[in-house]
Amino acid sequence: MTLDPSPSQTVGPFFAFGLPFEGGGDLVPPGTAGAISLHGTVRDGAGAPVPDALLEFWQAGPDGRIPARAGSLARDGRSFTGFARVPTDRSGDYAVRTLRPGPIAGSAEAPHLAVTVFARGLLHHLFTRVYFPNHPEANAADPLLAALPEERAATLMAVPDGWFGGPGYRFDVRMQGPGETVFLDLVGGSS
Amino acid sequence: MSPAAPERRRTEQDEVTDAIREAATVAPQRGGHPDRAYTPYRSTSLRAPSQPLVVAPASLLEQTAPVFGAKDVRPTDADLTVHSTGEPLGERIVVTGRVLDRDGRPVRHQLVEIWQANASGRYAHDGDRHPAPLDPHFTGGGRCLTDDEGRYRFVTIKPGAYPWRNHHNAWRPAHIHFSLFGTAFTQRLVTQMYFPGDQLFHLDPIFSSVTDEKAQQRLIATYDHDTTVAEWALGYQWDIVLDGPGATPPDPDEV
Ligand SMILES: [Fe+3]
Repeated sequence: MTLDPSPSQTVGPFFAFGLPFEGGGDLVPPGTAGAISLHGTVRDGAGAPVPDALLEFWQAGPDGRIPARAGSLARDGRSFTGFARVPTDRSGDYAVRTLRPGPIAGSAEAPHLAVTVFARGLLHHLFTRVYFPNHPEANAADPLLAALPEERAATLMAVPDGWFGGPGYRFDVRMQGPGETVFLDLVGGSS
Repeated sequence: MSPAAPERRRTEQDEVTDAIREAATVAPQRGGHPDRAYTPYRSTSLRAPSQPLVVAPASLLEQTAPVFGAKDVRPTDADLTVHSTGEPLGERIVVTGRVLDRDGRPVRHQLVEIWQANASGRYAHDGDRHPAPLDPHFTGGGRCLTDDEGRYRFVTIKPGAYPWRNHHNAWRPAHIHFSLFGTAFTQRLVTQMYFPGDQLFHLDPIFSSVTDEKAQQRLIATYDHDTTVAEWALGYQWDIVLDGPGATPPDPDEV
């Protein structure tokens, strides 16, 4: 039996009391050893910041294990659940505090965060990925990165920059236009 | 010679309605999902990617999904009428249905979130400028986990229609926003549930962004008298089918 899917609709402008939650961007508590900030700006086709976008991140831990742990909404300050959700602010900025993912055993892909972008004016969410520059060999062998022209692959690479709490990475999302982020049509499954 | 009937002035809504009709004549959409670039919904013009999506096999990571459990959701989160000291105004309703994957398998113990306007069509959000009353007893956000059969159930208030600024005299049909997770990250869905018989459907660029009539029907709940609770609330059924490659749920080490 194959059922037809329920169509997507925009998240609209008023998701703020429905979806964001306390600590939604804190995959780890402040002061955690090895914590990084991942932050950036979401921009539209005119380069203007998008103040009503919502980003979700899903990732493995530094040990390469994919969490299968409840508590993503009710953060207990100890468990690494691998899930974050943050709205952009008035300047289109977002930030999450997390740990860099390690390589997943048996995965063809280099360590990455899976990202979903929602926004007012976006009728169907967009999938993308964040890769990190400190896995040069795995990145070179990554089937997606390898298949993209260099300047497009660069849109998926987090850029190291400072953060008052330690190392930080910038990952901007350009929804349209020059430097447009690579968005994915995820099919089947690699193994 | 009879005097000519005064000609009705063409409205901005007429332009949008024409654009909606025009868009519905182009190629059918994959899976019934809206095209991201959809002229009648003006905000899409700068927010839809101009490059085609890059086809990629889902990674091992993307074949799994976050796990939610009892500690993430309180039982009262599914009843939007009990979050305050008093009863919200409006028509109390029960909204329930099943979350399934494309193979018809129930999506069990997964998170369902909703948010909506109050009975007057006003959101409890600073950005909502609609001059309709806020309800001190209604916020409009709820969540629950699906059960062993993939079933969710919310008690809430029927939301009102509301105006928006897409064009002059633009109104959204009454709807409840839904957010859903599957067993794989690829199945993520945010959508809206509508109520049967709404006169605004075909004037609304967001509803109409789904151009296939059968796909439109999949956005509309069914009034169900068996779900209706005697002397208390009207009942609606709405099943949701998640798109995207599914996955065998991993063995959770803690649920
Ligand atoms: Fe809405």
